[in-house]
Amino acid sequence: MYLLKLILRNALRHKLRTGLTMLGIIVAVLAFGLLQTVVDAWYAGAQSASSARLVTRSSISLMFPLPLSYEGRIRGVAGVQAVARTNWFGAIYREPRNFFAQFAVSDNYLDLYPEFVLPDDQRQAYLRDRKGCLIGRQLADQYGFKVGAVLPLRGTIYPGNWEFVVRGIFDGVDETKVTRQMLFHWEYFNETLKQRTPRRGDQVGVYVLGIDNPDNAAAISRAVDQTFSNSLAETLTETEQAFQLGFVAMSNEIIAAIRVVSYVVILIIMAVMANTMAMSARERSAEYATLKVLGFGPGFIALLIFGESFAICAIGGVLGVAATAPAAALFKDLAGNVFPIFQVSSHTLLLQTACMLLIGIAAAIVPAIRASRIRIVEGLRAIG
Amino acid sequence: MHSIVEIGNLSKSYRRGGQIVPVLEDLTFDIMAGDFIALMGPSGSGKSTLLNLIAGIDKPDHGTLRVGGIDITALSESELADWRARNVGFIFQFYNLMPVLTAYENIELPLLLTRLSGSERREHVETALAMVGLTDRMAHYPSELSGGQQQRVAIARAIITDPTILVADEPTGDLDRVSAEDVLTLMARLNAELGKTIIMVTHDQHAAQKAHHIRQLDKGVLLSSAA
Ligand SMILES: Nc1ncnc2c1ncn2[C@@H]1O[C@H](COP(=O)(O)OP(=O)(O)OP(=O)(O)O)[C@@H](O)[C@H]1O
Ligand SMILES: [Mg+2]
Repeated sequence: MYLLKLILRNALRHKLRTGLTMLGIIVAVLAFGLLQTVVDAWYAGAQSASSARLVTRSSISLMFPLPLSYEGRIRGVAGVQAVARTNWFGAIYREPRNFFAQFAVSDNYLDLYPEFVLPDDQRQAYLRDRKGCLIGRQLADQYGFKVGAVLPLRGTIYPGNWEFVVRGIFDGVDETKVTRQMLFHWEYFNETLKQRTPRRGDQVGVYVLGIDNPDNAAAISRAVDQTFSNSLAETLTETEQAFQLGFVAMSNEIIAAIRVVSYVVILIIMAVMANTMAMSARERSAEYATLKVLGFGPGFIALLIFGESFAICAIGGVLGVAATAPAAALFKDLAGNVFPIFQVSSHTLLLQTACMLLIGIAAAIVPAIRASRIRIVEGLRAIG
Repeated sequence: MHSIVEIGNLSKSYRRGGQIVPVLEDLTFDIMAGDFIALMGPSGSGKSTLLNLIAGIDKPDHGTLRVGGIDITALSESELADWRARNVGFIFQFYNLMPVLTAYENIELPLLLTRLSGSERREHVETALAMVGLTDRMAHYPSELSGGQQQRVAIARAIITDPTILVADEPTGDLDRVSAEDVLTLMARLNAELGKTIIMVTHDQHAAQKAHHIRQLDKGVLLSSAA
């Protein structure tokens, strides 16, 4: 009790200095949390990917499709339970800046994605309509798409005008699922292509494989790729997660930079905090010397300094952590739809707390060692 | 009467730059238990240095130094800290109170190093406050007290653990005449009524008159001893 009182009163001795330092800690912890959340948001797609699904694509590049004839052979590999076809469509809705993901998918695609939920009548309506399409909730909210609306798209990879009718809007089972995509019938896609540019028909962008047991993912992947080794179009099969991370990896440098910056922020505030503690400790040399005269040991003095540093960091840190979720919500609103998922993870909160503890301890080390080693006679002369 | 402080051939020097500056040279004398000594001498003559050695906050270069029968030169840093807490009370020229603690809390501070319970501590502190006449000021912070009152708080803190020796380095050096008189009277009472051995450094002839003996230091050498 007595010790706590002493520590807190010491912390409040220079209200302006302590206040500014605390503000710095709040801002730093908050900035760190937001930057970590940006990184998380980037990876969100991959994190919500399932390891019970594999993706088979051309081993050369995603730009090269695979023959439709592979489907049956993949289905024949032991452990594969379902095979869905998907093609990246990449068309434009009205204006080029209206970019969102569109996939031509085989009708069994939704069976492989239980995380997308859709009312049964909408599902049936979709299956009945050749030109039907499904829209994810986040996408529908963004553009105001309604069931029954006609959705015109202008092709880029597959030129010409395409028209779809919204037959259903699907939700993610929880908030971590990205639902910013449009799905439509692969059959319609393929038939239209065969009419317009016959040589581009019967080609599949990637196959999505449902497997019996995630533990067998590696073995099944190998078996699939072996089936097509030494063929004209060799395959590369990996878990959906690895596949998604491959996309993210394209922007790895940016992510790494954001990460580095988030830790640099922490380092800077650590230096600021260390400076505050060093200043305070230096001013109190005579008091520490007096405590030593009275018989208090170096440990007690170190404890006072660590306690003070810790108290300032804990208060600032807690406020910073508390401010993170509201700030993230605000950020999400302001940033519009750059990040479909922008949620502060418990991992981030944990990291923030760890940083706060680290700042508190690291900032006090040098001042505490110096003050606890102070020689009484010298410390007393620092008076007046 | 027996000697409580026994000093034999004591020397102390400081290193300043590359030079060694002798401060105390070959001092030998004793202080009797229950005595009240005034140490006088010109500035720089080594009074504070000698006081610090006796109080165990500095170490001599040579010689013997026994206080209360213990060779304190042989004690380790932490043994010395324990020894100080139990045996020596300190009174400084500038009071050296903790500015963030009230008068009451400042006096209580040394008791944190004892095993006393909360209520025992309160009893001790209240007794000490009454003795220095500051019961009504116990909730005040040092900045809310006059110099004389601060010095009385410091004296209460010095006696709270009931040490046998009190050392005071110019305890009235920063006080006006009236406050100085209060402080000196208080010290004389502690010596007379509680039997504390007091060693006081002072520049003030008037203050020195309160002591039983006056010792003159000059350039590190003990000159005379007058009653
Ligand atoms: N830590 C130190 N380092 C170097 N020199 C010191 C140190 N402490 C004291 N001295 C020197 O030792 C000499 C004696 O100092 P001391 O403080 O004991 O004198 P004093 O008699 O108390 O003087 P004053 O009356 O001014 O307080 C002085 O020359 C001083 O400069
Ligand atoms: Mg002096």
